[in-house]
Amino acid sequence: MNESVQLTQNGTHMSDQPKNTTPSSLSDVAAKRAETKIAGTQPLGTGLEARGVHAWFDKHHALEDVSLDFSAGTVTALIGPSGCGKSTFIRTLNRMHEFIPHTSMAGQVLLDGKDIYEPGIDVTKIRLQIGMVFQKPNPFPSMTIGENVLSGLKLAQLKVDNQEDLLEECLTRAGLWTEVKDRLGAHAGGLSGGQQQRLCIARALAVKPKVLLMDEPCSALDPGSTLRIEETISQLSKSMTIVIVTHNMQQAARVSDYTAFFLSDGGPGQMIEVGPTNEIFSRPRDERTENYVTGRFG
Amino acid sequence: MPTSTVQKMRPWAASPKDRALTGLSVLLSVLTAILIVAVTPMKGKLAYFALFFLAWFVIDSLFVVRKQGSKGVRDGLAAKVTLFGAVIVSMAVFSILWATISKGVKGLNLAFVTENMREASLFDPIGKGGILHAILGTLMLIAIAIIFSVPMGILTALYLTEIKGRAVGLIQFLVQAMSGVPSVVAGLFIYAAIILNTPLRSSGFLGGLALTILMVPTVTRTAQEVLNLVPRDLREAGLAMGATQWKTVALVVVPAARSGLITATILGVARIAGETAPLLFTVGVFDSYNFNPFKGDQGTIPTVVWRGLMGGTPESVQRAWSAILVLLIVVLIMFVLARSFGSKSPKK
Repeated sequence: MNESVQLTQNGTHMSDQPKNTTPSSLSDVAAKRAETKIAGTQPLGTGLEARGVHAWFDKHHALEDVSLDFSAGTVTALIGPSGCGKSTFIRTLNRMHEFIPHTSMAGQVLLDGKDIYEPGIDVTKIRLQIGMVFQKPNPFPSMTIGENVLSGLKLAQLKVDNQEDLLEECLTRAGLWTEVKDRLGAHAGGLSGGQQQRLCIARALAVKPKVLLMDEPCSALDPGSTLRIEETISQLSKSMTIVIVTHNMQQAARVSDYTAFFLSDGGPGQMIEVGPTNEIFSRPRDERTENYVTGRFG
Repeated sequence: MPTSTVQKMRPWAASPKDRALTGLSVLLSVLTAILIVAVTPMKGKLAYFALFFLAWFVIDSLFVVRKQGSKGVRDGLAAKVTLFGAVIVSMAVFSILWATISKGVKGLNLAFVTENMREASLFDPIGKGGILHAILGTLMLIAIAIIFSVPMGILTALYLTEIKGRAVGLIQFLVQAMSGVPSVVAGLFIYAAIILNTPLRSSGFLGGLALTILMVPTVTRTAQEVLNLVPRDLREAGLAMGATQWKTVALVVVPAARSGLITATILGVARIAGETAPLLFTVGVFDSYNFNPFKGDQGTIPTVVWRGLMGGTPESVQRAWSAILVLLIVVLIMFVLARSFGSKSPKK
């Protein structure tokens, strides 16, 4: 599946360089990140909370009983081998899971204390508050760079007084403004993969979500673009809650405050352990987590 | 750096010796074909053509087998069989085109495309009267058919690809069945359903409806295919920003498939532009302008062709050929316009 693509494209993947990513260096990275981060963290609402989430594809039980708290203003990384349910889980958090035919789920996902799966709730309003960035950059091909960023306004039918300001703000926050400010009218397909992905981040920001879900946002990108996006994530984490699925443990250590480890032992995927990122990488409680972060399997 | 000393090379290209061998085998095959035709009762262009390919299969295989063995022979045979098929198909297309152009061009003159036939008959000498009324009539019918079938076809395709409701299987089946409907049946349907049962009499509008029946399945099936090519990612990206499904389809999916949807329309027009049978029941024939699509018979190019060929005199047959050529040109112009209109959207 996609994972094999990722192995070849992502030079910093664990299994490519097991010797460089010793647990101590990962935990060093995470510890450094933790030091710098705490100063900037500020409370922003009550965040997102998953309670006992299960997910099925038809009869296949893909995810079993995951409960996770995402405090407002934090970055949480979801790690784990392929097929462990990370992506399925992240898609239940903004109700994208239900777009795949014959799926079902159980459990609750609370945004600011309210269940987003409550009957009668307006799903479009939920997705407006919980934005998403996908694995493959997917700018709208029929629109220019500027139109792409502002497309959410049209799609979600929002009114904004000053579109130009919003355009500049979103592109600046996504770290793309200086590169594209002179060609906002050009078509988005002409951008490089990394620029396209940052454009997609800018597009997701334009509707002012409280939470941003990122499903392996860097897996198709080169190291330089990956670095830019990680900088972008660090910037964004000051003002929003971010959940990022990644196969790159260096990345998890660099950008996240908390890390959750998912694993499937052949049955449904489960969350094995969650904790502050530097603890997960320096002294994980579960042996399976330790085996994974030290590169002994996965 | 003396870069100019580096020679550009194409080591994979055929060497002069290879080319000489290929030329020799073709030459030998041609000679063989001529020889066989000369000594046997087989005659005609088709005999030369078939014998040449047969001889070439054998002779070229003899050349190849020495160098590349039986694998090379099989590879060469497969290549020749596909070439054979391609040549046959293009011969058919080009001979149709050639017949139309060579026969049609003799009857073309300014009057033929700027006048009508009110003062002239099909049997008058060429140069008197023209088929402008039929050109306008055909364009009007195509326009009516587009107005009905493009929205219907695209909406049906959207139901099949985006909504995916319970009726998908049934509709898919009906669309496929409809695309097999003989065109005369479409005309008869309009005739039986409307002309026999209502005060409405034959008119351009009813002809457009008959053509719509033929055009809808083509548009639907092509539109469905191009909509299926729009990546699911794009739909999810739209929905993930809090859009309703309707907004996502209207602002993301359809624009992304725009040029493909134009192609669907073009294929639909190609399907109906030359239809004659359904028009005979629903539009009739007429020799002058009729700008009212709701009342009265209408001249159309296919019916001019039909009447011309039925007429049987050299003049009327000539008019038929020229009308076919005009129809080809009209359709070609429409396609070029549609393509240039469609390519204004970004390619990548």
